Amino acid sequence: MRRLTPYLLALPGWMWLAIFLVVPMAAMASVSLQTGNAIDGYAMTFSVSNYTDALGRYSTQLVRSLLYGGMATVAMLAIGYPVAYWIAFKGGRRKSVYLFLLLLPFFVSFVLRTISWNFLLADNGILFGTLKGWGLLPADFHVLATTFAVVGGLTYNWLPFMILPIYVALERVDPRVVEAAQDLYATRAAAFRRVVLPLSLPGVFAGVLMTFVPATADPVNAAILGGTANTMIGNIIQTEYLTNLDYPTASALSFTLMAVLLVGIFVYARVLGTENVLEAAAR
Amino acid sequence: MNPRPPLPRHGLPRREAFRLAGLSAAGLALAACGVQGQKAAPPKADEVQDFWSKQTKHGKVVFANWPEYMPEDKGPLEKFAKDTGISYEYKEVIQENADFFGKADPVLRAGQPLGYDVVVMTNGIQLQHMIELGYCVPLDHSKLPNFAANAGQKYKERAYDPGNKYTVPYSSGVTGIAYNTKYVKDDITSIQSLFDPKYKGRVGMMADAQEIGNFGMFALGIDPEKSTEADWKKAGEKLKEQRDNGLVRKYYDQSYIDAVAKGDIWLSMAWSGDVFQRQLAGEPVAFVVPEEGGTIWTDNMLIPKGAANPLDALMLMDYLYQPAVAAELDEFIQFVTPVPAVQDLLREKAKTAKGEDKKALEQMADSPLMFPTEADYARLRGYTPLDNKQQQVFNPIFQSVTQA
Amino acid sequence: MRGIRTGDRLLHIWTWLVIVWLSSPIAVMILFGFNDKQSKSNTTWQGFTLRWYKELFDIADLTTALRNTLVVAVVSTAVTVVIGTMLGLALGRHRFRGLGATNFLVFAAISTPELVMGASLLSLFVSGNVPRDSVTIIVAHVLFSLSFVVVTVRARVVGLDPSLEEAARDLGATAWGTFRQVTLPSIMPGVAAGAMLSFALSIDDYVVTSFVNGSTVTFPLWIVGAVKTGIPPQVNVMGTLIFGIGVLIAIGNAIAARRRT
Repeated sequence: MRRLTPYLLALPGWMWLAIFLVVPMAAMASVSLQTGNAIDGYAMTFSVSNYTDALGRYSTQLVRSLLYGGMATVAMLAIGYPVAYWIAFKGGRRKSVYLFLLLLPFFVSFVLRTISWNFLLADNGILFGTLKGWGLLPADFHVLATTFAVVGGLTYNWLPFMILPIYVALERVDPRVVEAAQDLYATRAAAFRRVVLPLSLPGVFAGVLMTFVPATADPVNAAILGGTANTMIGNIIQTEYLTNLDYPTASALSFTLMAVLLVGIFVYARVLGTENVLEAAAR
Repeated sequence: MNPRPPLPRHGLPRREAFRLAGLSAAGLALAACGVQGQKAAPPKADEVQDFWSKQTKHGKVVFANWPEYMPEDKGPLEKFAKDTGISYEYKEVIQENADFFGKADPVLRAGQPLGYDVVVMTNGIQLQHMIELGYCVPLDHSKLPNFAANAGQKYKERAYDPGNKYTVPYSSGVTGIAYNTKYVKDDITSIQSLFDPKYKGRVGMMADAQEIGNFGMFALGIDPEKSTEADWKKAGEKLKEQRDNGLVRKYYDQSYIDAVAKGDIWLSMAWSGDVFQRQLAGEPVAFVVPEEGGTIWTDNMLIPKGAANPLDALMLMDYLYQPAVAAELDEFIQFVTPVPAVQDLLREKAKTAKGEDKKALEQMADSPLMFPTEADYARLRGYTPLDNKQQQVFNPIFQSVTQA
Repeated sequence: MRGIRTGDRLLHIWTWLVIVWLSSPIAVMILFGFNDKQSKSNTTWQGFTLRWYKELFDIADLTTALRNTLVVAVVSTAVTVVIGTMLGLALGRHRFRGLGATNFLVFAAISTPELVMGASLLSLFVSGNVPRDSVTIIVAHVLFSLSFVVVTVRARVVGLDPSLEEAARDLGATAWGTFRQVTLPSIMPGVAAGAMLSFALSIDDYVVTSFVNGSTVTFPLWIVGAVKTGIPPQVNVMGTLIFGIGVLIAIGNAIAARRRT
């Protein structure tokens, strides 16, 4: 019975993933090897040219997406880790309240959030207009329609997905262990580096996985916040699929993206290199 | 990429076997043998007649439309139900043409019904796909007397659906230039203003390939309805130059209107309906149909293949062309109506109305944004009509401008 | 010791700054729910009114859409949390055949672009002749939230000391008893965090839902469609109410936590 436990635990999840993910993805994989067009139909030709063509045409957007996704992930880590740390160790009885407050804005439609950001960040709006009025910013300063806005938008939208898993990992660390470490090592920084950080790594790994991957594939932020040279791969996939009805190219691009992300995550797990993380995720 | 002929369909027994093997295997099998081609030969006239002669009134109709595209009390539909005895189901299920088509395509391709009798779609790429793939039921114009009598001439001559074979307009709008009068002191009349270096970084263009393509062509004096591949390339170059010179801030979806009203951009390609709303709200935006030309787009009603109640659908489509009904609809939607008689009806109504209502009705009836002038109409063109092959050339030209 | 206190204080302030940053667009949303707008566009402040609160449920389709969204979010979160926690436990605690493949699947579910997930699910449903409605929406939402719960729970489970569970079993507790009284409490923060993430993902999803919804309309779908002619302020009010109820729950939680100690 004990030996069966993991299989029984995993069974419902497996079934869900097998029926609703593996089967359709296998179909998509087959579409990515077909040629034709929407009107005359697509036929299986086992052609890998969809992949090479798509990569040739859209490598700029793919590289850019990885770059933006990476930048946003670093920003989320820098912003989110201290928050997770403070809530886990100092949040006291109100831990769950803080977490809830962090997530609450995301219970409201993204369309409303977007409209609000456009209002807040308008060139001459409530924020920048005021600063410009005081002469603190040059008159043509703007944030909307820039790379900064896209990366900022990605950071904003996925930040709770970084904070929560780090918190979850940190919270199980006994505060007394941290205090003991602080007594043991000369500085607080050393105590943090030697004790707290290693213990939080599974959370960091989970957080990065849950933010870097969706942020890189995101089609929304570039479309709403970007300028004329911020198109990401997610936007291209949408256009190829919904406007051009080029299902093979869209599928090929998606699989390429997924493969690149998989390699990236694997390498990252290796670099991070804790026994825990490797055991848990990179096998 | 040479289009290859579709593979022959599997024999029935084998397909049945897959079905028995379960839902997931069937899905896999379907995709693995390629997506079936659907190119439909245009239906013959007698077939159409034959189809319609067999239809009877079922007493119900399912109408799929965009949110906020029908008065909240559903007045026009209530009247329709009362006058004809046909009960209606009204569903606000359409958010975007592309998303709707993406969802409808696999269903219709599989020969399954969408569950709607009337669907509203814009005359863009997706509607052309619907027509080309044979997803629309050809209309019987002998049953559309109100349309014949009341639709404006411009709405009967449309390059994307000649002779209104498959569609009739629901509501319409104009793509022109909007500018913020706080920042732009000149009178904008020409499309060249969008290419004027003095507005560097303050110009908004649309991301949609057909919208921006039209404006690239207008700027070069080309009529998009009659344009060729060489014209598209020239327009693409012109637009690329505009982008590379730093004139364009962003390729917008509908959010351009916020940007222009707040002064993030000073002038932009714009849809008349959006600008009208901002003017009502007292924001400093003006609208002009450029002298070189502007675009007229139309949201159309159509009957999707496999609809359960085609005759009831046709009756509803025709009913909405009664001027009084069209007026009620347009008073709420505040776009351009395909029924010109609505303008006088709104003026009539304004005479007896009071206070705020009176003011609003007068503003509507007098606005060239809801009722374009004859001079405006003369300058308006539709999108470039494109079959699938042409789209494969046209789209990349303009997407390489907007999706760099 | 003083350095430590200053550090904690700074972190405390930082946390609140982040909360304020994340919530700042919500403030604008709430404000415009009180806007006495004179046209269909609701983006310029034109005076204060409570009208939209009175007319909150006047748009029948919007009300239905909100209800659909809440039902889908609650049900899909419940399902996701149960099967996700189970899978997370299996992955974090046990070594078994297929562990690597399962990790791979969990990763694949996160990395699948939304559009591809929606489109491929739709063709699956179409080819199986499955009618699209709230049930298919729930199926899809469970699919894309599942990995987030699994990964969060696993981050908690990895490195938890298993000796406590073994002790419980040695003391004669049943497997279920051990789980309920030892395992579950120790992984609860992970489960709760996973549930919150899952709920947030579901309540705000547009792309995947737009493929598998059939003619069932959800709150995000309705809003995206309404952009065409102008989003009515009732949408802001509904957003405000969702947010307000959330804040009330948070306050209630905080008070309850104080009572317990």
